[in-house]
Amino acid sequence: MSLYSEKVMDHFRNPRNVGVIEDADGVGEVGNAKCGDIMKMYIKVRDGILVDVKFETFGCGSAIASSSMATEMIKGKPISEALTLTNKAVAEALDGLPAYKMHCSVLAEQAVQAAILDYYKKNNIPYDGSQFKCEHCAHDGEEE
Amino acid sequence: MFVYADNAATAKMRACALRAYEETAKNFYGNPSSLHSCGQRAKEVLEDCRARVAHILGAQPREIVFTSGGSEADNQAILSAARFGAKKGKKTIVTSAIEHHAVLHPLETLEKEGFRVVLLPVGEKGIVDPKDVAAVLDESVCLCSVMLANNEIGTIQPVKEIAALCKEKHILFHTDAVQAVGHIPVNVKEIGCDYLSVSAHKFGGPRGVGVLYARTGVPLSPLIEGGAQERGKRAGTEDLPAVAAMTVALEEAISEMPAAGKKLTVLRDELIEGLSSIPHSALNGDKEKRLPGNVSFCFEGIEGESLLLLLDDKGVCASSGSACTSGSLDPSHVLLAIGRVHDVAHGSLRLTLGMENTEEEIKYLLKVIPEVVEYLRGFSPVWRDLKEGKRQYIL
Ligand SMILES: Cc1ncc(COP(=O)(O)O)c(C=O)c1O
Ligand SMILES: [Zn+2]
Repeated sequence: MSLYSEKVMDHFRNPRNVGVIEDADGVGEVGNAKCGDIMKMYIKVRDGILVDVKFETFGCGSAIASSSMATEMIKGKPISEALTLTNKAVAEALDGLPAYKMHCSVLAEQAVQAAILDYYKKNNIPYDGSQFKCEHCAHDGEEE
Repeated sequence: MFVYADNAATAKMRACALRAYEETAKNFYGNPSSLHSCGQRAKEVLEDCRARVAHILGAQPREIVFTSGGSEADNQAILSAARFGAKKGKKTIVTSAIEHHAVLHPLETLEKEGFRVVLLPVGEKGIVDPKDVAAVLDESVCLCSVMLANNEIGTIQPVKEIAALCKEKHILFHTDAVQAVGHIPVNVKEIGCDYLSVSAHKFGGPRGVGVLYARTGVPLSPLIEGGAQERGKRAGTEDLPAVAAMTVALEEAISEMPAAGKKLTVLRDELIEGLSSIPHSALNGDKEKRLPGNVSFCFEGIEGESLLLLLDDKGVCASSGSACTSGSLDPSHVLLAIGRVHDVAHGSLRLTLGMENTEEEIKYLLKVIPEVVEYLRGFSPVWRDLKEGKRQYIL
């Protein structure tokens, strides 16, 4: 018996797209060290497509695996599609997470949205606020 | 390499205990409450074990109650004293901020029933100051419970001084000695406690068996009611094989204690020194007043669960905070009590050594732990902020 699925352990042991994009078009950081998980997502955008995505995570096994899986699911996809990524989809792609670890996949969804929001704001691109569900994104001016 | 460094969670059962378990189950299957010879032979074994355990702890046989483990012993001591206190209108209980949940949770329940619980601070060294105890012991206090040695950071508490303070004021004193018995000398007369909890699986006995020492004359009510076993203080047919196995494990632990103490202290200090060279790390708890096998560290910029999982991949069994707290999101209350802020407390690692650990294993731990810490820091946004000066180092 192990706590996590093989898929989670694979992404945890060999995280995809880990690192920084120095000249990122958008950066989103969510979570806080108080609750134990912090995710930072970097995106590079060309013609509305997420041509590159990278992440850094401070957190548990499922936080790291969720970040990794989320980057795989949005890389090469249009922003519009990335915005529909849900934590449920991330968890499903990982063959499930223990119930008390679901909140870690919520952070992955939020990190993606925070990075896209940052990109919109930096480039003065008008956006539909209702597309951003995450608490963090709702607070304007809370960015670094 | 495989390294089991989680002996405080549970220690491997000793060969002598396994043997005693099997032989007792096979040869003394009678029910100690039965009148026939088969039952009476089992009863003899039970009472022989009681006398041997009592002897080791410095108690009288009648002061020994066999329980299902440390948690039950803690619960029974606390509830017995609280019930008695309530009758006398004394509804304050004093305890430390770093107790095991087997103490804290029953106290939370009592709080809901109208008791007042006073938590003693432990300072950054993780040790209760008897002066703080003296300051809060008043007429309203029925019980003071302070553990002998902490399960997470291994710190040894001044229970003898605290017991003396309690005695002066006629306040009952309980100590959870689960992590101490079999590892450092424990004698109830020397401590001067009224209650003391023991758990077998921390010193190579089976899980699910332990002892509550309750001094003659102290209030003691059963948690489990039914038959008249354990002088009416704990109903249920006795788990004789487990009791016999615990007894021999305890005797063996006591006989090897001087050698174990020396060996483990050397390994422990080597490990502490080696891990201290990891930048921005710190030992949790006092360096000297700690259990011989306990090493507890915080590493800034990383999170404990991912550290544990990667160490497990390298054959290392360790823990982060208490094994019982995994599954909850809050970092350990013990680490918070010694002043570790949340961010730092999440990055904790506990290694607890036993007699089977070797010098080679320590070398191996000192190779793989720094590697894993560095790897995780390599993609931690917290570590990046620290490195780039956007966040202040705490350790
Ligand atoms: C200090 C302390 N008290 C109580 C317990 C509970 O003991 P048991 O597992 O035997 O119920 C433990 C073990 O986790 C412990 O470390
Ligand atoms: Zn998490």
